[in-house]
Amino acid sequence: MQDSLKSSSYQQLEQKSKYTNMFLRWFLYFILILFASYFIFPLYVMVVTSLKTMEEIRQGTLLSWPSGLNLDSWAIAWGGRGYGAGDTFLRPYFWNSIKMVVPAVFFSTFIGAMTGYVLTKWRFKGDQWVFLFLLFGCFIPFQAILLPMARTLGVLGISNSVVGLVLVHTVYGIPFTTLFFRNYYVSVPTELVKAARIDGAGFFKIFFKILLPISAPIIVVTVIWQFTQIWNDFLFGSTFSFGEAAPIQVALNNMVLSSTSVKEYNVDMASAIIAGIPTLIVYVLAGKYFIRGLTSGAVKG
Amino acid sequence: MFKWLEKNLPKIVMAPAVGLIGWFVYGFVLWTLYISFTNSKILPKYELWGFGQYEKLWASRKWLIAVDNLLIFTALFLIFCVVIGIILAIFLDQKIRAEGLLRTIYLYPMALSFIVTGTAWKWILNPTLGIQKMFRDWGFENFTFDWLVDREMAIYTIVIAGVWQSAGFVMALFLAGLRSVEDEIVKAAKIDGASLFTVYWKILLPMMRPVFFTSFVILVHISIKSYDLIVALTQGGPGISTTMPALYMTQTAFHKSQVGLSAASAMMMFMAVAAVIIPYLYSELRRENAR
Repeated sequence: MQDSLKSSSYQQLEQKSKYTNMFLRWFLYFILILFASYFIFPLYVMVVTSLKTMEEIRQGTLLSWPSGLNLDSWAIAWGGRGYGAGDTFLRPYFWNSIKMVVPAVFFSTFIGAMTGYVLTKWRFKGDQWVFLFLLFGCFIPFQAILLPMARTLGVLGISNSVVGLVLVHTVYGIPFTTLFFRNYYVSVPTELVKAARIDGAGFFKIFFKILLPISAPIIVVTVIWQFTQIWNDFLFGSTFSFGEAAPIQVALNNMVLSSTSVKEYNVDMASAIIAGIPTLIVYVLAGKYFIRGLTSGAVKG
Repeated sequence: MFKWLEKNLPKIVMAPAVGLIGWFVYGFVLWTLYISFTNSKILPKYELWGFGQYEKLWASRKWLIAVDNLLIFTALFLIFCVVIGIILAIFLDQKIRAEGLLRTIYLYPMALSFIVTGTAWKWILNPTLGIQKMFRDWGFENFTFDWLVDREMAIYTIVIAGVWQSAGFVMALFLAGLRSVEDEIVKAAKIDGASLFTVYWKILLPMMRPVFFTSFVILVHISIKSYDLIVALTQGGPGISTTMPALYMTQTAFHKSQVGLSAASAMMMFMAVAAVIIPYLYSELRRENAR
């Protein structure tokens, strides 16, 4: 009785504010679309600029439409102009990045999964402190490890190589991957593991037979997070590699900064899009997982 | 022997992670700390030199500019990201059509690297062919927007690009927070005659305190570490007007070969981050234990 009374007065209230609501909704959409254009603007400008000739760029404005589907700048950005010295283009560096990302993502994800498994299903005294110990690694400013790292890579003989970057990215990915897997496995009932242990299943068997089959979502989140972080890294790439071993972000920056001849903004924009496309594709295809990683990678819990 | 192995297998499996982090994070930070107390130039020296590098650091004009810039950037970056993020989250929470599409648009910059972002904004902001030219071509002959090449204003271009990249992220955090609030609370308040504005201002936003806290920590963290964006957008220029601590550190180490001095600047950054992160981790841990 009271409930129905309440809901009817609620409806009345809704009715009364109908006109204010209509105005508010127009305002709402206006603001939302305004911000959407602010966010979309640079991407739009990048795409149209990359399709223009330099002549069109000088004559038109940022927003003006290209005269046709002119992919020349894309070809130059990807494969160069075909003359020797000073001809920098992204293709080799794109592959450098692939060669760096794949093993680094694999190793860091694997180590994180194992560590997260131990921290939740084989708990021991002080495991909370171990977790905290690892977690702090998520937050350290990398400037504080840059100098020793440069020296260590030199001693190991892997400075300025893709192998060195794989090591660096694997190590500094571990805190994040551990965090992801630990938080995921915490919610898996420990009874499952206990029952399996009574049945005589060992450490690895429990992992591969019980936990791994249900880990698909968190593996996706972790792989996407690590892929995005490593692909987009510039600090490590630019500090520990130069010349031919550089990953794509470093190559992009060098390309844009090199002022050998007339600035070719169309080629710059095509290059920037090429460097950004892999992570953009991942974002569009797996946005849900991307956001989940983002919110839990940065927010513990 | 086998039994021992079996009993300690979990710890053995965990050892690589603990060992790697122990060495590459904690060991290296201590190593950097040690270097900062030496008079290392191009090659590390290992005899102690006291606080000389720190004195030199805080007497350096460039470092002071870097710290100044960091404060300006952090303040503006925080305010704009949080305000825009909250507005977008609240508006998106009103059962909007095409919410998914809008959310995707607001958040996609997070998928791009700062180098890509910087390259794009550098092109948009450059006075000869970018926004300034666009407005002039549209008939606003006197329109000027040359912050990128203006010593006083260049730092604000970094704010523009940084906010563009990260505001959507704050939106995502707040949207998730708002969605986790029970509908009943909002309904009850409306029956009591509260306007939508009051509901948000007096009830929902105060409930978002943990989200504010989290956004604050993450944004401050991003801004202390910001390096790529500056390299791509201004390289610290014009002159040294947009230098920030992270850029100062790498330039001092790798271009000026002042390894000791750069280690001191790295330690200052480390302490700034620790001052924000340690209370955060502490409170998070307490919350988790309370559950």
